[in-house]
Amino acid sequence: MFFRLAVKSLLNRKGSVMLTVLAMAVSIFVLLGVEHIRGQSKQSFNSTVSGVDLIVGARTGSMNLLLYSVFRMGSPTNNIDWQTYQNISANPKVAWVIPISLGDSHKGFRVMGTTTDYFTYFSYGNKRQLNFSQGKPFEQVFDVVLGAQVAKKLNYTLGENIILAHGLGKTSFSTHDQSPFKVVGILGPTGTPVDQTVHVSLQGIEAVHMDWQQIANMSGGAVSHKQIQALELEPKNITAFMLGLTSRMATFRVQRDINNYSNEPLTAILPGVALAELWQMMGLLENILRLISGLILVAALLGLSAMMLASIREREHEIHLLRVIGAPPWFLFLLVELEALLVSFVSMLVGITGLYLSLLIAGDVLSTDFGLHIGLHILSFNNLLFLLLVAGSTLIAAAIPSFTAYKSASRGR
Amino acid sequence: MAIQLNDVRFAYPEAPNDCVLNIKSWSVSDQEHVFVHGPSGGGKSTLLNLLSGMLDASDGEVNVLGQRLDSMGARQRDRFRANHIGYIFQQFNLVPYIDAIDNIQLAHQFSNQQPQSSLFDEIKSLLSTFHIPQSEWHKPVGKLSIGQQQRIAIARAMINKPELLIADEPTSSLDNNNRDNFMSELMAMASEHRVTLLFVSHDMSLANYFGRTDALSEINTVGEHN
Repeated sequence: MFFRLAVKSLLNRKGSVMLTVLAMAVSIFVLLGVEHIRGQSKQSFNSTVSGVDLIVGARTGSMNLLLYSVFRMGSPTNNIDWQTYQNISANPKVAWVIPISLGDSHKGFRVMGTTTDYFTYFSYGNKRQLNFSQGKPFEQVFDVVLGAQVAKKLNYTLGENIILAHGLGKTSFSTHDQSPFKVVGILGPTGTPVDQTVHVSLQGIEAVHMDWQQIANMSGGAVSHKQIQALELEPKNITAFMLGLTSRMATFRVQRDINNYSNEPLTAILPGVALAELWQMMGLLENILRLISGLILVAALLGLSAMMLASIREREHEIHLLRVIGAPPWFLFLLVELEALLVSFVSMLVGITGLYLSLLIAGDVLSTDFGLHIGLHILSFNNLLFLLLVAGSTLIAAAIPSFTAYKSASRGR
Repeated sequence: MAIQLNDVRFAYPEAPNDCVLNIKSWSVSDQEHVFVHGPSGGGKSTLLNLLSGMLDASDGEVNVLGQRLDSMGARQRDRFRANHIGYIFQQFNLVPYIDAIDNIQLAHQFSNQQPQSSLFDEIKSLLSTFHIPQSEWHKPVGKLSIGQQQRIAIARAMINKPELLIADEPTSSLDNNNRDNFMSELMAMASEHRVTLLFVSHDMSLANYFGRTDALSEINTVGEHN
């Protein structure tokens, strides 16, 4: 009865209650959204690369190197000489090397030249290896392996012929359309930037960048794939490479050696450390977002409180009536608190539903355009704690109108 | 005695020297039907609030149904009111956004009477007695006519089987036809359930329904002494 009275009283004031619910729902949407995206991006961040001991690139900041080598964001400052790559690979402490050659794109997705070692040694998340959902690693110069998102977005299947463009735009003027590539493999989804990457062999990258006119002239007419494959396509330089060491103990030693490499200026970073640094930079932003969402919640709660307070004025007769039929003043206190709590709960439902739907709709855009992989599991322990906090703050905010109702009730006139 | 007041004085706490009610002695017997007439502002609502325990007398003895209200705590007086006193106002007798059954049930909730099982039958029989068509039972009472609302108000006031029924200008918002219906139903109800009825109104034409008529100015002597 108590509950029904509160519900019907709220329904009786649909207009103002709905607006309040909307305001609260928006604030809960923002609060949970920020918290959820923060948690998810942190997780997705830290799981982009694992098992790699060092990442080596031309002399640059560690952030920059991490961003372009792992997240495929920004542009590499300089390339590394192929000879350097080979020298360092020859170091006995190095167990495996994955070369990375960037700079091309296919319909907005970055193209990465590498070797088949990439599919063997690169791992992400909790030491999980890349796996093929279809096909196999590239073998020929014009073979290409797609990340899961690339295949899905562009609707590519095995055996399809695709054309790579020079540069990173979606509509590049210089498409290398003399050299169509064939899809031979599609990777399983990883939730990392690997999903957005088009993988080809280093030779493939070289082939794309050859001066076709010249070769065509040399061979007198069109160039066939066979002819190109016959050519020696040794890369002259690469963008970066990832190292796995025989012993973790050697990491700092090898890092120092690379940083002091005399033939060309290099930077070697520990991915874990760089990831943590990068995350720390985001930490400030994170806290600001949290603060803002907290303030939005406070504003919404004050709105709730004001709405309830105004309703007390309108309900003086009702309060008096309840008193006359024997309701003690604290009944009115609790009634108003319950109404506020109901508003809060409905707002939570609306906010959570809204957030869920938004993530469902925006998830693809977030992952392709921002490389953010946001899961739909909104109600994490943290967020449940937040909801509890919202409920608690509602009770506190509603204490003002509730007390007004209590006072109005105890006056007895 | 259903009501016995001795040397009762009341002043609002905000203005302790401004006495609004001063009653030397006034009583109502059990099952008596008393008509009290007086202009508004003559301490009428203060008197009724004292009798129902909404207000606490500043001085004196307030005996209602053999209990000393002036020595009870606020919580006890709320309980006492729920259990023993039915109250009908001029208007706003019901919570407008809930239906008739809920309104009556709500009034029952604050008393400590009988188990829930027979409650609905009782509510339904009360509503039938007061000629409320079954189609109106589940509508928010704010949507019903004033005449129907006032009749539901009697039903609500009677649900806890009070010994004392206080009616405060209950007919003022009714037209003549509705007023006569209301009065006859109220009087019949009062006689049938043997309740003491205290009816306050400025409308002297209603006095002929009652065996006893008191003027508020004779009960409250505040103007004469101060």
